[in-house]
Amino acid sequence: MDSLSCVSPTANILNPLLELTDVRVRFRTLSTTRAILNGVSDPFVDAVNGVSLEIKEGETYGLIGESGSGKTTIARSIIGLLKPQEGSIQYDGHELIGRSTLEMKKIRRTIGAMFQDPVGSLSPRMSIYSLLAEPFKIHNQKDCDFESEVRRLLEMVGLSYDFANRYPHQLSGGQARRIGVARALALNPRLIIADEPTAGLDVSVQGEILNLLNKLQHQIGLSILIITHNLNIVRHITDRMGIMYFGRIIEQGPTKAIFDSPVHPYTLALLSANPEPDPDAKIDRIELEGEVPSLLNRPQGCEFHPRCPFVGNNCDTKFPFSTNVTKDHSYCCHYPRNLDC
Amino acid sequence: MASANILEITNLNVGFVTERGTLKALRDVDLTIPNGAIVGVVGESGCGKSTLINSIIGLLANNAQVTSGAMIFEGSDLLSKSEQELRAIRGQRISMVSQDPMTALNPILSIGTQMIDIQYRNASSRDEKRARSINMLSRVGIPDPETRFNDYPHQFSGGMRQRIAIAMALQVEPTLLIADEPTTALDATLEVQIIRRLNDLQQNMGCSILFVSHHLGVIAELCDYVVVMYGGEVVEQGSVRDIFHRASHPYTQKLLECDPASIAQATHSLPTIPGEVPNLDELPSGCIFFDRCDHSYDSCQRSHPRIEQIEAGHWIRCPVLAQQQTS
Repeated sequence: MDSLSCVSPTANILNPLLELTDVRVRFRTLSTTRAILNGVSDPFVDAVNGVSLEIKEGETYGLIGESGSGKTTIARSIIGLLKPQEGSIQYDGHELIGRSTLEMKKIRRTIGAMFQDPVGSLSPRMSIYSLLAEPFKIHNQKDCDFESEVRRLLEMVGLSYDFANRYPHQLSGGQARRIGVARALALNPRLIIADEPTAGLDVSVQGEILNLLNKLQHQIGLSILIITHNLNIVRHITDRMGIMYFGRIIEQGPTKAIFDSPVHPYTLALLSANPEPDPDAKIDRIELEGEVPSLLNRPQGCEFHPRCPFVGNNCDTKFPFSTNVTKDHSYCCHYPRNLDC
Repeated sequence: MASANILEITNLNVGFVTERGTLKALRDVDLTIPNGAIVGVVGESGCGKSTLINSIIGLLANNAQVTSGAMIFEGSDLLSKSEQELRAIRGQRISMVSQDPMTALNPILSIGTQMIDIQYRNASSRDEKRARSINMLSRVGIPDPETRFNDYPHQFSGGMRQRIAIAMALQVEPTLLIADEPTTALDATLEVQIIRRLNDLQQNMGCSILFVSHHLGVIAELCDYVVVMYGGEVVEQGSVRDIFHRASHPYTQKLLECDPASIAQATHSLPTIPGEVPNLDELPSGCIFFDRCDHSYDSCQRSHPRIEQIEAGHWIRCPVLAQQQTS
């Protein structure tokens, strides 16, 4: 079991563990017959539209954006719960797209996932013991000693062994979240995908969960993909970040660089919207007008142009391709901000 | 209305009867909402925020007992009202916006139908009700409300759904609006939009708002007064500046320190409050924050602290720090 985790995380610290290239996930909106009858030539919506990103070993990558921008769809594609139509997902040298369920299961052993709702992602009919032993059973680790594994996992997330006999409804939100972390870590993963790991938790418990992930990252060299609405979390704990809008990453780069000088107008608006815990704070906001457009009528040109405060001539006709500011900081915009040139 | 306060809660105690004994979910809660003010309630999950809301609107679970206290709303006590009288107040004088805009709306009825249906108490014609609903939708910033009136909830984005929920809550022209974490499901740009909108509407319509949230930044931006709750008690209350600039209860101080937004330098290890919230069925005899507090003295463990005023309108439940403050 340990052989998996011993792939010496420090040796290839700069190699990407996960690499997504032009991933596209489409959902069908009408059945084939319906589409023909209604004269719809393209009965699909693009939930994720050409996303490329990479996560290096031991790195924390934060993905932010509005609800409905495709963050969770990306997470689900990586763990194989959705099948992207185009693009490639390279994980540790393996291509994940087009794998059979059985092959995927083997690969997925080293990817841990934490889902949004902490209590809802635990089966209410299983005790904590069975919930924590479940990953080992699913992956056919018959020779392992469940009891000691459960003990190890509970200890790792700072809960006593008494919890093994409890049921999910007997846990607080923070405790349920820790069980979620323990389950994600059960098989010594190399990559953790955390979808809104702290939504609905108060600041103190949120701090505990994030510190726990951070500690484990240092101990076992985990890579983490964290999906969240919370800008403060991203600022503190991620190394690199990507901002999604409408199924596309519109800016990505080192967290510090983006917070210091955001380039894309949406990033600017998003970062300036973050409310400060000070009633007298003077916040220089960039207000966004209008609504997120519907996925069914994708705007021409740049997706953001109907709401963009800096909209220019060709924004509604020409699609902005990714441009680099520095080697690892890129954006998609015709009229970028905060650039000296 | 004679009183300057729309709602005055005094000495409210609520318990839940369970097999393990009575869980004292709210203890000695005092809370005042002045006319036309926005009062924020903050606290960890499980500190009694939802119980407080449910007892105001009279929707507590069957095993709940209000053991003592008074809730004076517009001059009369809500606790002494019959179910029928309460029904006339709920949705008429007091309305509510809940956390999740998807579950608050019925997915199989168009929003138009729902907005007309909730005006069943109103004697006016269907056309008038329709016109009023459309007007309300445009006031909360739904573009093109005429044509969208017959759309279903799933055809709107999350931010729009939440604004529709706000429109529905405000269209009855309540004197008190209760908002239970209305922005948690939204991203920062939409969150700011909703807050702005609530603030504008509140100023135009003159209602009071009880605003419950985890998000300290939102509270700081929107509210006039803040109530901090911990383990079923109010531990500190005051104006928004009292709380954010002169936090005096140890719990409030820690809570503000823990907020990642208040830490300027990026850090990988975030501050936390060590320890757990006490169990509500075996409460300590002394201060409930004793185990987690940095200032604790022997006296804290002996007697249960009362809430004391340290400056005009600023109250804390901590005798040790209250004494230091006033002397």
